[in-house]
Amino acid sequence: MDLRFSPDENAFRAGVRKFFQTEIPLSIRSKLIEGRELTKQDIVTSHKTLHSQGWAVPNWPAEWGGCNWSPVQVYMFQEEMQLNGVPPPVGFNTSMHGPVLIQFGTPEQKMYHLPRIAACDDWWCQGFSEPGSGSDLASLKTTAVREGDNFVVNGQKIWTTLAQHADWMFLLVRTDPAAKKQLGISYLMLDMKTPGITIRPIITIDGGKEVNEVFFDNVKLPVANLVGELNRGWDCAKYLLGNERTGIARVGTSKMRVQRIKQLAKMVPCGDGSLMDDERFAEKVAAVEVELKALEMTQLRVVSEDAKSGRGGKPNPASSILKIKGSELQQATTELLMEVAGPLALPFADDNAELGHNAAGAEWANPLAPQYFNNRKVSIYGGTNEIQHNIIAKAVLGF
Amino acid sequence: MDLDFSDEQRLLKDSVDGLTNRRYADLKARAAMMQEPKGYNAAGWKELADQGLLAIPFAEADGGLGGGAVEMMIVGEAVGRNLTLEPYMATVVLAGGILRHAASPEMRASLVPDLVSGARTYAFAHQERQARFDLADVGVTAKSDGRGGYVLEGEKCVVLNGDSADKLIVSARVSGDRRARDGIGLFLVDGKAQGVSRRGYPTQDGQRAADVTIASVKVGVDAVIGTPGKAMDAIDRTVDEAIAFLAAEAVGAMNVMHDLTLDYVKTRKQFGVAIGSFQVVQHRLVDMFTHLEQSKSMATYAAMMAGEDDASERRKAMHAVKVQIGRSARHIGQDGVQLHGGIGMTQEYKSGHYFKRLTMIDLAFGNADHHLRELARKGGLINAAA
Repeated sequence: MDLRFSPDENAFRAGVRKFFQTEIPLSIRSKLIEGRELTKQDIVTSHKTLHSQGWAVPNWPAEWGGCNWSPVQVYMFQEEMQLNGVPPPVGFNTSMHGPVLIQFGTPEQKMYHLPRIAACDDWWCQGFSEPGSGSDLASLKTTAVREGDNFVVNGQKIWTTLAQHADWMFLLVRTDPAAKKQLGISYLMLDMKTPGITIRPIITIDGGKEVNEVFFDNVKLPVANLVGELNRGWDCAKYLLGNERTGIARVGTSKMRVQRIKQLAKMVPCGDGSLMDDERFAEKVAAVEVELKALEMTQLRVVSEDAKSGRGGKPNPASSILKIKGSELQQATTELLMEVAGPLALPFADDNAELGHNAAGAEWANPLAPQYFNNRKVSIYGGTNEIQHNIIAKAVLGF
Repeated sequence: MDLDFSDEQRLLKDSVDGLTNRRYADLKARAAMMQEPKGYNAAGWKELADQGLLAIPFAEADGGLGGGAVEMMIVGEAVGRNLTLEPYMATVVLAGGILRHAASPEMRASLVPDLVSGARTYAFAHQERQARFDLADVGVTAKSDGRGGYVLEGEKCVVLNGDSADKLIVSARVSGDRRARDGIGLFLVDGKAQGVSRRGYPTQDGQRAADVTIASVKVGVDAVIGTPGKAMDAIDRTVDEAIAFLAAEAVGAMNVMHDLTLDYVKTRKQFGVAIGSFQVVQHRLVDMFTHLEQSKSMATYAAMMAGEDDASERRKAMHAVKVQIGRSARHIGQDGVQLHGGIGMTQEYKSGHYFKRLTMIDLAFGNADHHLRELARKGGLINAAA
């Protein structure tokens, strides 16, 4: 048992950090660190910079541009990315659709799409959730009917993240209405320029325009855009949802936020000293740090076991708690950041308003309440924490 | 980075688990051992010694096995899993820690062999009534007799296994104010020395402790451990190791509580079905599981940091460990009892004994609130400037 990393691993981490700090513009990284919104261009710039270094799809097989990194290297790469406020590669491309295509796609689909996905020449969005199908995803109702060489899609998706940026959508549709639930679902790829698609933004509680409703009115797509077998789309969906493990805890992001909490709280006056001198506040921060350390160690236990057993081994039961604890800590840190601002968090500042304006004269405080509001999502998306409880109850505890 | 046991550690684990599981398989047997004069079974102590378990943390040069915090974690987990009664914490972890970190090589050479053979047990007489969790709060005094020896005066309380220990290691103040870090010394005192009176009693969790009155107890120069007045660093270091051991012990006890509760809700039927079929019960088990896994992670962290030479980093790590362990011990203990329902309230059933031990673990060497305050005062784990 040894917590220390090897000299090679430490050198790898240092190299990754140096690249992030020198090649990804500070103007972009500071947005993530300060809690401000990223533009499409920011995300694409970051993605393409990583791609130029060969680091956009490290998790893919080497033949498609993967890095063949060890679990420790993957862990270090992700943590450094999070600590340094680097916008990660577009996840819909690299950790969702790409891996599905590699696993289930035809040679033609792979040849055309995978390089474009990896380079972010196309931005992909995810068409899974529907108004009546949230946690119960398999109850989805959007249909695709075969007409000659096409499928005709009708229905609606919801919570489609950044659909306004997307060139393509991967979506689940019902192709056999007679079959029971999971059995009649197919996984399709849709060019977002196709006629019949309407995108309507959903303004979220933080004022953000991150998610959308997407409507399909007789939208035609070629049958060649079916991924995997007809009516076996649920296999693709399960594969996609089961793909991400350690990165999900976002320990690096929460650590970065704790640093920010401390930096700001040392600056904010409170009584005769700073907010950081306030025992009650300092203890709340320390309590978060304790849980974060425990989560980091849980993640390292998983990484260590992966490194020993090779990937694709039986998942360590501890990995099942990463999503729950990770989301709780993302929420706890964004909550504390807002509390640092105190009354200065109140003024509403529209992102389109003059940059940096704050009624109370504290620009740093502007994004903190919206960031807190926005982060309530992390215990909802990707399977709510209640669903995560059900999954652990079933898969780990054997209920 | 490798958080797995080595082959040697795995062998040790098999042997420790085998021994403790066998001796404590039956709750009634444990209750009978509690009734023995020392509050534990002397043959059992001998068996731990014969397997080499008392020698683990001591240097080979002193007659030990040169084991580290990971080996101690393995023992700690077994101790927690079986709620063992032998004075392992008192003799090996606490007194052993003081000897390792404060005693001269000559003193270690003369004392360690009898300790590891099981021939002589120890207790660390440090806690005082007014001190609560302040390790530097020492009111017992030690006055120089001018010939290198000292005269000790005062009272210690809740000294773990203090009633039966052959030898006491007593902390006493040679100079300074009652709560000053400077001025504390450590002295080896025979349990039967003139002027020592011990009032022993059982603790809530089935172990034994004693209040010790020290009335003009004279010790010679050969009883002085380390440099009088400079004991605090060794005390801190020993207590940090004790916290790491307790973390492992807590994990062992939590594991049993979790498993017992999981089994119970799968078999206990109400309304015609197992109560574990109810989602509200399942989710509480998941929360117990989450606490257990987070605690395992922190016990591992404790083992990795217990040997850290930078005292400030080590202390902060142990603050964090004790916060996590204390809170999770409470959670798992309370929910374990709750989900068992009425049977969980009985003396006869296992879970209550684990609940009580888990509760006492939080109160030993600083509870979660104490360590959270200390961690916050020292600036936390994460550097703001990073």
